[in-house]
Amino acid sequence: MMKIEAIIQPSRLESVKEALLEIGVEGITVTEVRGHGRQKGHTEVYRGREYTVDLLPKIKLEMVLADGLANRAVEAILKSAKTGKIGDGKIFLSRIEEAIRIRNEERGEGVL
Amino acid sequence: MKRMGVACCGLIILVLTAFPLLAQQASVPATPPAPTASVATPEVPQAVTEKLNQLEQKVTAAQSSADNAWMLVSAALVLLMTGPGLALFYGGLVRQKNVLAIMMQSFALMALITVLWALVGYSLCFGGNGPVIGNFEHAFLRGVGAAPNPDYAGTIPQTTFMIYQLMFAIITPALITGATAERMKFSGTVLFMTLWFLVVYAPMAHMVWGKGGLLNASQGGRFPTLDFAGGTVVHVTSGVSALVCALYLGKRVGYPRQPMPPHSLVLSFTGACLLWVGWFGFNAGSALASNGLASSAFVATHFGAAAAALGWSMAEWLKHGRPSALGAISGAVAGLVAITPAAGFVGPIPALAIGFIAGLSCFWMVTRIKGMFRYDDALDAFGVHGAGGTIGALLTGVFAQAAINPIFGAGKPVGGLDGRWRQVGNQLVGVLIAWSIALVGTIVLLKLVDLLTGVRVQEEHEVAGLDITLHGEEGYNLET
Repeated sequence: MMKIEAIIQPSRLESVKEALLEIGVEGITVTEVRGHGRQKGHTEVYRGREYTVDLLPKIKLEMVLADGLANRAVEAILKSAKTGKIGDGKIFLSRIEEAIRIRNEERGEGVL
Repeated sequence: MKRMGVACCGLIILVLTAFPLLAQQASVPATPPAPTASVATPEVPQAVTEKLNQLEQKVTAAQSSADNAWMLVSAALVLLMTGPGLALFYGGLVRQKNVLAIMMQSFALMALITVLWALVGYSLCFGGNGPVIGNFEHAFLRGVGAAPNPDYAGTIPQTTFMIYQLMFAIITPALITGATAERMKFSGTVLFMTLWFLVVYAPMAHMVWGKGGLLNASQGGRFPTLDFAGGTVVHVTSGVSALVCALYLGKRVGYPRQPMPPHSLVLSFTGACLLWVGWFGFNAGSALASNGLASSAFVATHFGAAAAALGWSMAEWLKHGRPSALGAISGAVAGLVAITPAAGFVGPIPALAIGFIAGLSCFWMVTRIKGMFRYDDALDAFGVHGAGGTIGALLTGVFAQAAINPIFGAGKPVGGLDGRWRQVGNQLVGVLIAWSIALVGTIVLLKLVDLLTGVRVQEEHEVAGLDITLHGEEGYNLET
């Protein structure tokens, strides 16, 4: 089992969700987050005073998938989240030891 | 709170004993000219004379109804400027944790000044005919009823005049809260504003608008200052006092290192638009009648605001590359401030000029001068009201015309455009007196209030936000 965490531009959320649905991803967690990578922020000016806004709004997607599906999901995210501009985000992959369904305490890949 | 109560009582006693002395030195009021008696020849039957008298009464009553309707609406419009207008405008500009505290200050003044007005305020502003301050003729609103007061507004009940003028007294101290925002104690604010209203506002209002006042233009003041709707009385006094307060209180914790952007420009935008609308009552209502002068002031007000919004936006666009919403609304407010003293004296084209000049200069004040001197006028009460009011008062002397308002008598020149440049000097005297009384009054009162209740909140409270620490509530509980 693999966990995919992807930080993407808020404007790409709909197309990423569609692309994941298409390849058969069934469970996904979406969080509105703020942060920055190398892109840093932008400046805002209020009555001549400049403020640097360094934490920008982003979307974090999390999903745990069977190994075979995880690779295809990464490809789908890459394709659908890319605008080619700085600030498109990152994808992080990690191995998952166990998954447990709370309702019936079932364990393993079957619960995904 | 107890100390505050004692202080208030002390002050009221002081006022009660001191001011009648001043007021009584004034000259005996001139007796109004006797109405010219109609020559009733014996041939006119009694019935015709009676009918004529009835008609005359009906004409007077009709004019009074029309004027009274407009003035009551104007009074409501001016109240609308404080709440919700100014409360929203300022509320949006502060950080989220202080939104209720700043709105509450405006609202508290709506209640506080109203009570003071009924007790002594109206009388100190408009009672008697002293040169500096009124007397106690109308204390507890004695003698204020349905009958007009011919000294001020001969066609409307004095009650209407009284309630209309009250709304000005409410918004003036409320404007100062823009400079003290996010760090002044509520108790200190209440006490300071009470004293400030009595010591700074009342004498200034009487000098400019009160009968016999030193600066009164229509009733023979020593230095006739043209101030149609309160450029000196409202904006210069509040703006200059705001600067003193900002300097006395010191900077907010973290200023200017830490970002303090407005928490909701949507609120500020709504507030600014309400201010613009309310200002028609403020300026056009200052004609005190529903007449041509009111229309002229209405038009000048609107044109001044529009030109100033464009002026500020243009300057910002050139300087920062983008015209901002906050810039546009700040410009409009600056224009409204500057056109206030001029509204009933200038034509529409000079109004455009005054507005445009005010928009540019207030932009410069707020973006350059404030940064150079490094004082923390949190919401720019001085940069907009102090600077805009001063510029407007001086430009009134330049652009005032007898064709719009022959205040010195039919055919007599009024301002610079009429060739009477001396008026600019009179305006300067008015402005200097307003600056002086505001500077001295505010320094003394702040010192006094600091001893009695303190003026600044504790640092932990400031960091946590005044909403929760001073009022025990929060502006937004969005997730409940």
